[in-house]
Amino acid sequence: MPVVAKKLEMQHLAWRAGFGETLPVISDWERRRRKEIVNKVLIGPKRAELESIDVINATDLPDYRRSKDMTAEQRKTVNEMNTQGIKDLSVAWMNMMQKSDHPLREKMSLFWHGHFACRTQNVLFNQQLISEIRNNALGNFGDLLTAVSKSPAMLQFLNNQQNRKQHPNENFAREVMELFTMGRGHYAETDIKEAARAFTGWGFDEDGQFVFREKQHDDGIKNILGKSGNYNGDDVLKILLEQKQTATFITTKLFKYFVDDTPDDTLIQSLSEKFYHSGYDIKTLMREIFMADWFYDSKYIGNRIKSPIELLVGIRRTVPMAFEQEETMLVFQRILGQMLFYPPNVAGWPGGRSWIDSSSLMFRMRVPQVILYSQVLNVRPKELTPEMGDGGNYKMTLQINDFLKRQFAKKVNARIDWDPYVQGYADVPRENLADTIAGVLLQQPGNIKKTLLEKYADTSSREGYIKTVTIDVMSTPEYQLC
Amino acid sequence: MLILNRRRFLQVGSLASAAVLMPKFLKALETGALVPPGNKVLVIVQLSGGNDGLNTIIPYRNDIYYRSRPALGIKRETALSLNDDLGIHPSLDGLKALYDDGSLGILNNVGYPNPDRSHFRSMDIWHSASKAEEIWSDGWVGRYLDAQCNGCDKPTQALEIDDTLSLALKGEHNKGLALTDPGRLSNTSNDRFFKDLLQQHAHEDEHHNVEYLYKTMGETISSAAYIQQQFKTYQSKENYPGTELGRNMRTIANLIMSDINTKVYYVSHGSFDTHVNQQDQQARLFKQLSDALTVFTGDLKKNNRFQDVVVMTFSEFGRRVSQNASGGTDHGTANNMFLIGGALKRQGVLNDGPDLMNLKDGDLQYKVDFKSVYATLLDKWLGANDKMILKSDYAKLDFI
Repeated sequence: MPVVAKKLEMQHLAWRAGFGETLPVISDWERRRRKEIVNKVLIGPKRAELESIDVINATDLPDYRRSKDMTAEQRKTVNEMNTQGIKDLSVAWMNMMQKSDHPLREKMSLFWHGHFACRTQNVLFNQQLISEIRNNALGNFGDLLTAVSKSPAMLQFLNNQQNRKQHPNENFAREVMELFTMGRGHYAETDIKEAARAFTGWGFDEDGQFVFREKQHDDGIKNILGKSGNYNGDDVLKILLEQKQTATFITTKLFKYFVDDTPDDTLIQSLSEKFYHSGYDIKTLMREIFMADWFYDSKYIGNRIKSPIELLVGIRRTVPMAFEQEETMLVFQRILGQMLFYPPNVAGWPGGRSWIDSSSLMFRMRVPQVILYSQVLNVRPKELTPEMGDGGNYKMTLQINDFLKRQFAKKVNARIDWDPYVQGYADVPRENLADTIAGVLLQQPGNIKKTLLEKYADTSSREGYIKTVTIDVMSTPEYQLC
Repeated sequence: MLILNRRRFLQVGSLASAAVLMPKFLKALETGALVPPGNKVLVIVQLSGGNDGLNTIIPYRNDIYYRSRPALGIKRETALSLNDDLGIHPSLDGLKALYDDGSLGILNNVGYPNPDRSHFRSMDIWHSASKAEEIWSDGWVGRYLDAQCNGCDKPTQALEIDDTLSLALKGEHNKGLALTDPGRLSNTSNDRFFKDLLQQHAHEDEHHNVEYLYKTMGETISSAAYIQQQFKTYQSKENYPGTELGRNMRTIANLIMSDINTKVYYVSHGSFDTHVNQQDQQARLFKQLSDALTVFTGDLKKNNRFQDVVVMTFSEFGRRVSQNASGGTDHGTANNMFLIGGALKRQGVLNDGPDLMNLKDGDLQYKVDFKSVYATLLDKWLGANDKMILKSDYAKLDFI
């Protein structure tokens, strides 16, 4: 196994377990033992009470029970609160990713946000769901699965509100098995039908609280995956967690997200055994991965295509910045194909090479210039379509589309705090600057020649040189990888 | 000299001087074929947002229709008559002319089993051509590229006239290219820094994703140059409407009239999500559609290319039969599709209109699976292996 330099190892860890770190952080990590750093990455700062990204209180919103009696004016206000709220949530979460001193939690949350893909136009439901995800992101998978499955967002999205004893709706049961736990091909259609019966009665009230509606629950005997009993929804989740296939399915997906697009069956088998026997402890699994020598194999380093959120947050963690209008980030997300809270379908973002096509690649390579040189944003994102079947919320989507449209041909104004970044290179001699910058920003630094960077650099001042070289390095195909 | 076709001749010589110095015998060809015939093209027009098919092709003799839509129904006398049972929306007068002319086919009740009423899931199904219960992460045109274009010299077989690429054009290995303006695409990809990067990257990398990115970048740069070069060879003299769709159809026409290798063009028009005040919104969008297609088809006819083009329209779903309380309609199921071209084997109304007597939960039931339309176009028009691309054997239709 080809060995790479310790510095590159630490950069690798910083990217995979987060959104990259700056030169001073990496230099510090480089001097310590792997175990110490992995622990730090997994646990985060000691004081860390989870900082919430709440944008709205349940009491701020009008009583949903009365929604039928609302006047047009009141309804409009609610829609506006939802529209604005979801935008705020997206902005707040991205800011959290940028500044967090426990980035792995946000990175894992981003993974679960795609795994438990869900769309709702209700800001409160979104907020509850993302809060459950962030709370359990590095905890126990069973707890996370239960919390998500009982969230109004998911119950609404997967139509379990319509799952009643007399008219079972199988959507929820199907997705729980296919997407959340076992994956296709490991259960029969009858298992879905029976599980759907067990989930009857799971719903939520107008305040966004989980409720078990006993009258709608089918309390007969169900046969699920070879077991039979008078099961309810909690029992089904328990049965699904008993299946080793669930551990294998989740581990495979995590491997593809944190290690490589191409799953390595031997590694996955050993990892998923450990995951299963730990009782689905996510932190244990992640420690296994980050401590393993194979994780630092050069074939994995710098071979993963960053998701759009990773790319954007990565740039912002490297060079701190604040946007005149933070909502502009939504436009970048939309153009690049990953809008938080708007996964493309129930299966989430497919990831890997699907992020890249001609237009998205050209735009990705222009992002640093657009932001850091404040260039005109001359790409028009595709319109969003409303999510839920009924017409109640579609005005809200029109408002978002309108916002996206208005950003066209506008300059992106950001206040960029270059000082700490430039300061980070204080000890680097001028002749080494270009290679050092490339070495910090790229996981395959040898690919970009110094002569090329020199050709496009502003050589009139040291600061100008650092900035222009940085922007150019960030504009390369290699920077799309981590 | 004579074995060169005119297009090649123009490319070989300087464009400006060639026009002036063009020999008389070549000038005579100006009104003839610009491109050798047989270069078949499919143009897909996506009506985004779920167009209301019932107010597009109107069952104007049906009482249930008017009972369900007391305010929203299109009056018999305003609808443009197609046959005894069906009329077309008055704003689609251009399509009516194409109908009279034998260049329009109307397919009714198109849909798929277990329809999904959510926009984004339903659009996913139309883009990927998956069954309703499957989720595929690639698109049917993209898979067409996978099947046809392995090792293609110029990967410009499918173009989307837009700034970003739709799922429909994303294959597993090959992807279409999105552009709004060939000039802008060429400017962006002409960035000196990008070109230098490409040049310095000579070696095979052990990391397959590095290769993938450089390959995509290289193809984009060379495709942009190729498109721009082809695009310049023909500029339509027709008066296209100044709407977004009008501009996009002009771009498509210019490219079709050049010798470019593009087989599929993709363009979106919308939004047709008409929950409230449907009538005005739909009429406005239809007028834009009708006007743009009228000029577009006229342009093709004049240049003898209409025989080689099929335009297909679709929407992710139709609307409910009954109007809602806001003067609009909610998400429904089966819908109609337009097929336009100079080489249709069957024209006019291709099958029975909507069966309002046999609704399911207030929705139309589909009779034709949209994947059959895809299969027909892939097989009979583009000469591709539809079974491989659609991963199933769907019955072919007889409109081409």
